[in-house]
Amino acid sequence: MKPAAFDYVRAEHLDEALDVLGREGSDARIIAGGQSLMAMLNMRLARPRTLIDIMRLAELGRIESTGDTVKVGAAVRQDALLAWPDLARNLPLVALALPWTGHVQTRSRGTICGSIAHADPSAELPLVLLALGGEVHLRSASRRRRVAAKDFFAGMMTTTRADDELIEAVAFPASRQRCGFREVARRHGDFAIVACAAVKTPDGVRLAIGGVADMPVARDFPPLDGSALDDALNGFAYQLDARDDVHATARYRRDLVRMIGRDLVREVLQ
Amino acid sequence: MSRLQAGQRHPVRFSLNGSPCAGEAEPRLLLTDFLRHQVGATGTHVGCEHGVCGACTVVIDGKPARACLTLAAQIDGCEVRTVESLAPSADRLGVLQSAFKRHHALQCGFCTAGILMSLDGFLRQHKRPDEESIRDLLSGHLCRCTGYTPIVRAAIEAAAELADQSGERADA
Repeated sequence: MKPAAFDYVRAEHLDEALDVLGREGSDARIIAGGQSLMAMLNMRLARPRTLIDIMRLAELGRIESTGDTVKVGAAVRQDALLAWPDLARNLPLVALALPWTGHVQTRSRGTICGSIAHADPSAELPLVLLALGGEVHLRSASRRRRVAAKDFFAGMMTTTRADDELIEAVAFPASRQRCGFREVARRHGDFAIVACAAVKTPDGVRLAIGGVADMPVARDFPPLDGSALDDALNGFAYQLDARDDVHATARYRRDLVRMIGRDLVREVLQ
Repeated sequence: MSRLQAGQRHPVRFSLNGSPCAGEAEPRLLLTDFLRHQVGATGTHVGCEHGVCGACTVVIDGKPARACLTLAAQIDGCEVRTVESLAPSADRLGVLQSAFKRHHALQCGFCTAGILMSLDGFLRQHKRPDEESIRDLLSGHLCRCTGYTPIVRAAIEAAAELADQSGERADA
């Protein structure tokens, strides 16, 4: 339970981090708060040759609100966003979900972008970014690009980030639409057995589910109620291809999707 | 930019419980092992080593954090507080520790150092916490002896005592 050996690079400028990442590619990993990566290193599920610490880069430590978007830099810790005075007004879904992300003791160091980069299928922040239709801002030494959340998550802890890219920021669309969040976990703050986010859309409701498929999945529904809603949710639950694991059976997960999903859709469409 | 080479020890300078502290650490050395084996501060316990149990919780720059999910190299220049900071002297317990003793908020004691540090960090920022917020804080710890209820009682009593103390100091 100790990490394998690696070089540790403390970047003072973003260019330095991008330069090392460009040269070392998949042998290097970015470390920000380390609350996902350190566990992977301790268990030797990740064995990078180089860690690049980006927490001293002031330009990555900002929360920028531009009216219709809130951009959160790669060095912004989860507790800093939770304490941001405009959070509930501009990003009510994030305000609901963030208290479920880890614990006080991990939000104190863990970053928003780090959780997105880690792409755990049961994590709350990837789910919320997807539900809101947010974007990931990627940057390498030679280019910048923006990837929609739906194109960023590619599978179990897998994303479409290239080896020479780092996440510079994630952008959440500011949304005052009605929204809701529910989660079932063995212990508050642990990874979700099922997590569910709902946002009202012009045509109905978007429901996003985490913890079931190998990545968060979102689906738009027209305004439904009664048995039509139950049928739609049942179909969605089966399409998520739930699996049994030590925490819960596939059947229990489908049951949670149907029950939590129905409660949330009704709440949001009210 | 500085690159700390793998396999070599590099200096780490930080503040430990209010005093300057220096040691040497390989890049891969965890803060838990650095505190226990390099510094000799063995009050911080090592449980799961992947951030779940909370036994290794210390306070970094005023906030409770997992020492097992932190590299020694990351705390260069930081302020770290550990359970060794709580007792005012070797023969006296601090306010939180006394409340834990009165309420039987520990049995085996393995999780206790981490829980005390979470509460220490939390109560400095939240003077009058309610039970719900204390239980939310404790969700970041595993205790297999107490069932948590005595810990909650001890925490609420200690919070009141600490708030009274700081109130008296403000009055004086």
